[in-house]
Amino acid sequence: MKYKDYYAILGVERSADADAIKKAYRKLAHKYHPDVSKDPQGEAKFKDVAEAYATLKDAEKRAAYNQLGRHAPGEDFRPPPDWGRQFGDSHAFEGIDLSDLFEHFAGHGRGAGARRAHIPIPGQDYEGAAHISLEDAYRGATVDLELNVSELDERGLMRRVPRSFKARIPKGATDGQRLRLKGKGGKGINGGPDGDLYLNVALHPHPLFRASGHDLYLDLPLAPWESVLGATVKVPTLGGAVELKVPPGTQAGQKLRLANRGLPKPHDGAGDLYAIAQIVVPGHASDKERALYQQLAEGASFNPRGHFEEEGKHERQTH
Amino acid sequence: MNAKLTETSWLDAHCEVSLAELASLSGLAEAELRELVEYGAFAPNDPRATQWTFSGECVVTARAAQRLREDFDLDPNALSVAVGLLERIHALEAEVRALRAQLPRRVR
Repeated sequence: MKYKDYYAILGVERSADADAIKKAYRKLAHKYHPDVSKDPQGEAKFKDVAEAYATLKDAEKRAAYNQLGRHAPGEDFRPPPDWGRQFGDSHAFEGIDLSDLFEHFAGHGRGAGARRAHIPIPGQDYEGAAHISLEDAYRGATVDLELNVSELDERGLMRRVPRSFKARIPKGATDGQRLRLKGKGGKGINGGPDGDLYLNVALHPHPLFRASGHDLYLDLPLAPWESVLGATVKVPTLGGAVELKVPPGTQAGQKLRLANRGLPKPHDGAGDLYAIAQIVVPGHASDKERALYQQLAEGASFNPRGHFEEEGKHERQTH
Repeated sequence: MNAKLTETSWLDAHCEVSLAELASLSGLAEAELRELVEYGAFAPNDPRATQWTFSGECVVTARAAQRLREDFDLDPNALSVAVGLLERIHALEAEVRALRAQLPRRVR
């Protein structure tokens, strides 16, 4: 069994009183709780903090923990021989996690008491993320999931068991959407239902499309003459390239909608694809092109900054 | 490896759960859920109905509420404030994501 220094995790002295332990826990919970924290490592850190607090806040568990002695964090250790007699079965410590040890702690815990009393206990729920590509969201996908779930072994002890399975992500999932996998969490005890696995869908960034719900956005670079004269251009969509009519006089930033070309919605219909016009100029113009632009500049009456002058006049009138 | 494919179900507005189901899925007691509804942390589909039903999205919110209650030791009043603020943050984050998606990237 690997040793964890619960006092160091909470940042308190071994002699800290219950109040100091609670205060330290709260401070760290504010910092790392996955529902509150922005820290990407918050969830893992909070798990350690919550595990440490669950043991140290309970006077009996804390006493039992203290009797395990002091070891370096991560050090493989065995509880002292008399520890087993006092708190549980000393032969059962091989390959189990310290948190599982305290969870089933000598029948003092709620869980262990209920297990002995044959009260049905539902299995633990788990949360996880399914990272999928935009193409997977468009077509639907199967993902391989790996999970360490708590299960009772043949001796009635809680153990972490690795479990892997395939899950179907139906088409129409988008960023932040939640899915429930019934019965894929921890095993229920004494006939209690198995726990569930909740998946949070996260989309990988795509080189071309940006998703907003089921709508997709695509930058559509246009040459100046295409935006002035209009053009029919080929644009990629997740279902294959389509032709898009760019109307004459298309401004930069204008959104051209391709209805139902976004992500399919889970139950019916689909989002839209928006092509955002961007007017792009060549980095290098040939002599011929420069001459043509020069000709255009001399012949055009267009003043893109006319409104600056209007504003200026208004300013002068008001002062 | 178990080759059998696990089916998934959406937790969205199309999925409806009863008060009892919401309690069992979230780990909150029905009385606690009623209190959270009363404080406006989340709402049933039809508050006047005799048998309340909730959108599947409420499962996610109620589970977060259960974690917050458990981990921060919150009373129902404080919990409803926290859940209300979290919901607002999620709505604002969704809005930021939507606006970001519309911002053009620099064209190479």
